[in-house]
Amino acid sequence: MEALKNLQVALRREAGPTLFLLVLGAVGVLVPLLYFIVPETSAFHLSGYTVTLIAKYMSYAILAMAVDLIWGYCGILSLGHGAFFALGGYAMGMYLMRAIGSRGVYGDPVLPDFMVFLNWKELPWFWYGFEHLWFALLMVLAVPGLLALVFGYLAFRSRVSGVYLSIITQALTYALMLAFFRNDMGFGGNNGFTDFKDIAGFSLQSPGTRVVLFLCTVLVLGASYLLCRFVVSSRAGRVIQAVRDAENRARFLGYRVEYYKLWVWVLSALLAALAGALYVPQIGIINPSEFSPANSIEIVIWVAIGGRGTLYGAAAGAVFVNYAKTFFTAALPSFWLYALGTLFIVVTLFLPRGIVGALTAAAGRSGWRRRTAL
Amino acid sequence: MIAPLDTPVTAGVQKAIQGMVLYLEGITVRFDGFKALDALTLYIEIGELRCIIGPNGAGKTTMMDVITGKTRPDSGTAWFGQSIDLLACSEPQIAQAGIGRKFQKPTVFEQHTVFENLELAMAGNKSVWRALFARIGPDQREKIEASLEMIGLKDRRGDRAGALSHGQKQWLEIGMLLMQEPQLLLIDEPVAGMTPHETERTAELLVSLAGRHSVVVVEHDMDFVRSIARRVTVLHEGRVLSEGTIDEVQNDPKVIEVYLGQ
Repeated sequence: MEALKNLQVALRREAGPTLFLLVLGAVGVLVPLLYFIVPETSAFHLSGYTVTLIAKYMSYAILAMAVDLIWGYCGILSLGHGAFFALGGYAMGMYLMRAIGSRGVYGDPVLPDFMVFLNWKELPWFWYGFEHLWFALLMVLAVPGLLALVFGYLAFRSRVSGVYLSIITQALTYALMLAFFRNDMGFGGNNGFTDFKDIAGFSLQSPGTRVVLFLCTVLVLGASYLLCRFVVSSRAGRVIQAVRDAENRARFLGYRVEYYKLWVWVLSALLAALAGALYVPQIGIINPSEFSPANSIEIVIWVAIGGRGTLYGAAAGAVFVNYAKTFFTAALPSFWLYALGTLFIVVTLFLPRGIVGALTAAAGRSGWRRRTAL
Repeated sequence: MIAPLDTPVTAGVQKAIQGMVLYLEGITVRFDGFKALDALTLYIEIGELRCIIGPNGAGKTTMMDVITGKTRPDSGTAWFGQSIDLLACSEPQIAQAGIGRKFQKPTVFEQHTVFENLELAMAGNKSVWRALFARIGPDQREKIEASLEMIGLKDRRGDRAGALSHGQKQWLEIGMLLMQEPQLLLIDEPVAGMTPHETERTAELLVSLAGRHSVVVVEHDMDFVRSIARRVTVLHEGRVLSEGTIDEVQNDPKVIEVYLGQ
């Protein structure tokens, strides 16, 4: 009996993660197959648009996981994670702009189109190095990571927490949005970056590049999940959750609470930045609206709807809500925000642990796991 | 951090100085002009079990706050052992140095299991990097088991701490303090809200801790104080009003006046 109970407990803990990785693996295998092998006449054929759409959902899933790590496990409600996502996206976008080279409308070999349009004569210093992909990838992590480090250090050291922290994260992303809207910032103003041609010498329009980027997204999502899971199931993860539940107690036990917060905050920002860097080459555009406070709030809604504190729930929530968004904005465009609002209220009132939490509870009640396990 | 040789020490204390774990001298804390502590001087011996009593507002909690670094006094000195200046240490440093505090309301990590609560409380390197790769070694497991045994929660190790009764949470918290191998334990109203049976168990637990640790208990329940304490300090308006055995203290006219005058 004891063994059976242990198994049940283990499965209750493990079923979600296993299912998540299986689904992710299946998506990674099936989507390229359905895109490449299945003929276009077949009902099972996936268009390039669909492949990219799924990749977009998955990069949102990474972003949601980053927010779940900091919110669900450490209790820090960030309403500004869109900023890290957008900064990662901009760093990648700068590379993609430089990679256009002389194929731009104005044909300048060095300056991106918008700089020529603004009558700039030479490249600003902060654009140096972005002709190399490796440098851009480094900056994808370094810039948001550094911002998170400085912001987090100041906020956590002065023990800013709760709703005050949420408000200043909103202010952070809002300030960045206003800054990036300005033409003289040197990031393309309100048009941002677009018209990308290729990445590492491969055309962004070619099916091969599309699938490779898709697979990169699958891999990063899987790796992010495993990394987050490693973190939350380590002792450090237990400390982080202890900080969430009783911060002062953790401090009295001798834990440097602010360093734990800072550490997980920076990790979360780095994941968000990676998500942004994967998003931009596939979607083909980045502009300051990605910094808008509403975007960051929406990420939190994905996590809440999916079920916070599970990681895979956040990923599922991101995919589910964004699929619904794609559907509604095509079918009933004016209805989407009402649908999102209603969904959020319904989940908050009736499914406080989100869709995944409700499913887990339902499966536990029906004994579904025990039967499938035996 | 090292005590200067000319630290002022009164003659009576000189004799016992080797045996002291805590020195508070002339500690004054003002909150908006109100003196929560008024030149408080208090010494705790190594291995002693000391009870602190006093009416509300006597400064008991403020004293604990000063010792643990939560509140900084306006004047006075506070030394832990011979070499640690508490006023120069941060809260985590003080906890690391070996002062454990139990709060009035039991605060355990409700979402964690009893075992995990003790694991988190374990003494050792508390840095993020270490915690990320930490594994529970055999000797550490033994230590946790010993604590579980001591606080009587061996059978509940896998349960969420949030599911424990009030008294069990108090014991778990004491167990968590023990995991830090503290020299000095500060315990705030341990038996408030406990059943008589739980109170009795708690008294046994605290008595068994004395000797190995120095224990300072703040408590209102006089029967409980009588059952555990050898030495009692009465605080009143931020000062020590009386000190001695429970009988001496209860017969002290100053103490009677303060308590009856209320």
